[in-house]
Amino acid sequence: MTFRKYLVLAGITLFSTAGDALLARGMKDSGGVSLHHLSNLLLIILNPWVASGIVCLLTFFSCYMSALSWADLTYVLPATSLGYVLVAFIAHYGFHEVISPTRWIGIMMIAAGVGFAAAGPSLTPHRTPHAVSQEINS
Amino acid sequence: MSEIYAWAAIGLIILASTTGDVLLSYSMKKVGDVGELWKQRGMLAVIGRALSTPTFALGVIAMGIAFYSLCFGLSWGNLSLVVPASASLTFVTNAVAARIFLHERVGRRRWIAALLVAGGVVLMAV
Repeated sequence: MTFRKYLVLAGITLFSTAGDALLARGMKDSGGVSLHHLSNLLLIILNPWVASGIVCLLTFFSCYMSALSWADLTYVLPATSLGYVLVAFIAHYGFHEVISPTRWIGIMMIAAGVGFAAAGPSLTPHRTPHAVSQEINS
Repeated sequence: MSEIYAWAAIGLIILASTTGDVLLSYSMKKVGDVGELWKQRGMLAVIGRALSTPTFALGVIAMGIAFYSLCFGLSWGNLSLVVPASASLTFVTNAVAARIFLHERVGRRRWIAALLVAGGVVLMAV
């Protein structure tokens, strides 16, 4: 793993979290989205918060595509683990959402789980039909 | 009632996101290391090679569906529920899908991680 690849993984975490938070702020401005007025969903992108969120999510998407080109999907996803904790902090301090102690424990378990996976190798040798048959026979 | 809508949106996010992730991962493995390709042949070559992979477009469509489901979900439920619940459950479904469709070696370490994540999601929904 090179420094550039760690930067790409950091970009995935930061831009996905920022994008989700900005999107949530914009969606709260718009009130509830009604299934009877689906056209409103297209106009929502004119909201500055939503537009900023989309820019962040596009940057996240570029970093994500880059990472998927050199690492397993099951490695890249845990790389966003800190994002869950960041989202909880933003929700709590930014939007004043109440997070119960049980929910905090849940968030910690998620972070621990994804961190556990991220400590492994980024790319594993792919399972060939021969290897699969050996797994079945053993 | 909005709680039910939020969970319905979470379900749709998980389905569309898993489909998109698997298709995009498959496509990007075909494209090759983006950093190396960019250095050798430039940005247009990277974009061109990605767009010429048919599964890339399907993956983007699936991610678009996931994005609009997220918009619905965020308007009906709390950010601290919708985002972690959908993203972490997607992590578990992706581990299963990556093993089946991408033939990735999902070892014991990654399965334990998936169970920890699933447990965390259950606690968050209480």
